[in-house]
Amino acid sequence: MRHFEQELEQLKGKLLEMSALVEASVQRSVAAVTQKDRSAAEQVLRDEARINALEMEIDEFAINLLATQQPLAADLRLVVAALKINTDLERMGDLSVHIAQRAVSLLSEPVIQPMVDVHHMSSLVESMVRKSLDAFVANDADMARSVLSSDDAVDSLRTASYHELVSFMEKDPRNIPQALDLIGITRSLERIADHSTNIAEDVMFLVKGIDVRHHAEARQ
Amino acid sequence: MQAPSPQPASDVTMRSQTFPMQMAEEKKPAGELSKLSATNLNFHYGTFQALHGISMQVYDKRVTAFIGPSGCGKSTFLRTLNRMYETIRNARVDGEILLDGEDIFKLEVSALRRRVGMVFQRPNPFPKSIFDNIAYGPRINGSVSGSGIKDHVEQSLRRAALWDEVKDKLHDSAYGLSGGQQQRLCIARALAVNPEVLLLDEPCSSLDPIATAKIEDLIFQLKDSCTIVIVTHNMQQAARVADFTGFFLMGKLIEFDNTTVIFKNPAKKETEDYITGRFG
Repeated sequence: MRHFEQELEQLKGKLLEMSALVEASVQRSVAAVTQKDRSAAEQVLRDEARINALEMEIDEFAINLLATQQPLAADLRLVVAALKINTDLERMGDLSVHIAQRAVSLLSEPVIQPMVDVHHMSSLVESMVRKSLDAFVANDADMARSVLSSDDAVDSLRTASYHELVSFMEKDPRNIPQALDLIGITRSLERIADHSTNIAEDVMFLVKGIDVRHHAEARQ
Repeated sequence: MQAPSPQPASDVTMRSQTFPMQMAEEKKPAGELSKLSATNLNFHYGTFQALHGISMQVYDKRVTAFIGPSGCGKSTFLRTLNRMYETIRNARVDGEILLDGEDIFKLEVSALRRRVGMVFQRPNPFPKSIFDNIAYGPRINGSVSGSGIKDHVEQSLRRAALWDEVKDKLHDSAYGLSGGQQQRLCIARALAVNPEVLLLDEPCSSLDPIATAKIEDLIFQLKDSCTIVIVTHNMQQAARVADFTGFFLMGKLIEFDNTTVIFKNPAKKETEDYITGRFG
C-alpha cells in the first residue's frame, strides 16, 4: 500500500473512532432521558472533551492531506466528506451533551403523564445515526439513502410532541420547567437526525459523487 | 496490462468509436463550438499502432488537456492536429480531422501550421535575438509589413506576458533568457502568426513553479483569443488550466469530459486508477 493510501486509511480510522464515540454518546444521552440513567449522562459529559479533541485532530489531518497530497477523484471525495462528517459528528456530540444535561435536570422530577413520545423519536434517531455511520463504514450508498427518508418522520414526531408539551404547560404551570426540558430534548434529537441526514448525504457524495442535498438530484 | 491488439475490439475502443454520437446526444456541452473534430483516427509508427479509433472534439476558445501515462498516445494525437508527425519515417494516419469543418489533410501544411501553432516541451528559441525570434514568422509569411513589425513584436510579447521583462534587451540573444522566459518567448513566437489553435506539448515540464504559474496565467489569458490544447504529465496542472480533459491509455481515448468531472468523479475505472495514482 502506498504511503498516501495508508494516510487515507488513518483518516478513516480516526473518523471511525469519532463515530463510535458520538454514536455511544447519543445512545447514552437517550438512555439518560428514557431510563433516568445518571451514570450514562455523566459519561456523555466526560466524553465531550475527547470528541472535541478528535474533531481538531481529524480536521488538521485532512487539511494536511489536501495540502501535501492534492487528492483527486474518490480520494478527494473521501477527504472532503471526512471534513464535513467530522463537523456533523462534533455537533452531534454537543447535542448529546445538551440532552444529557436536560436528563440530569429531569432526574429529580416525577414524570408528567403521559410521557411524550421521546422513546419512539429517540429510537428512530438512534437508528438514523447508526445507519448513516454504517453506510460510511461500508461505503454503502443505498443504506445512506434509506436514512434520508427517515428525517421527515422525526420532524413530524418533534412537531407533535411540541404541541403536546405546550398543552401540558397550558393545563398546569407547574409542568412548565419539565416540559421545557423535554422540548429542548426533542429539539436536540431532531437536530441529531438532521446531522445524520447530512452524513448520509456526504456518504452519497463520497460513494457516487452525486449531490443529493436540498433536492438537487430531483432538480437535475 | 495487455499490449494493444492490432484489431482493437474492446469496449473502450467501441466507446471511442461511438463517441461523436454520445457527444452529440449526451456529452456535448451547451453553447460549445467545435474547433477541431477528430473521427476514428488511427495512427501507426510502422507496424505499431499508436492510436486506436480516436474520436473527439476540441472546443473553440477553450483549454483542452490530454493526460495519460507515458506512451499512451496523447502527444502523438497532439502532433496529428497540425500534422507534425509527417517528418517521422513510417508514420501514417487514417481517419478524419476537421478544422472548422475543413479536412486538415487536404490543407497545405504550412497554411495548417500557421493556423495551428505548437510549443514543445523544451524551450527551443532560434539562435537569434529576442526580436528576431518573434519577427521571423510574420516576416517569412509576409503577414506584417516592415513598419508594423516592431508593434507586432511588442504585441506578441505582451500577449505572452514577457514584454516587461525583455523590452530593454530586445536585440540580445534569446539564449540569455531564463528557461521560463525562453518558453514564453516560444509561445510569443507561436502567437506572432496569430494562430487559431495553440498546441502545447508539456510546456512546463522543464520549468520551476514560478515560471509554471506564469505560463498557466498566460493560458487563461490566451483562451479568450485562441483555442488551446495542452498535453501534460502534471494532473494538477490539467485540473487548474483545462476546461475539458481527455484521458488516454494504450492509444485509446478512455474518457473525455469536463475537467471537474474527470478530477472529481470520473466515469471510468481506468481514469480513476490513473488520476489517484493506483495505475499499474
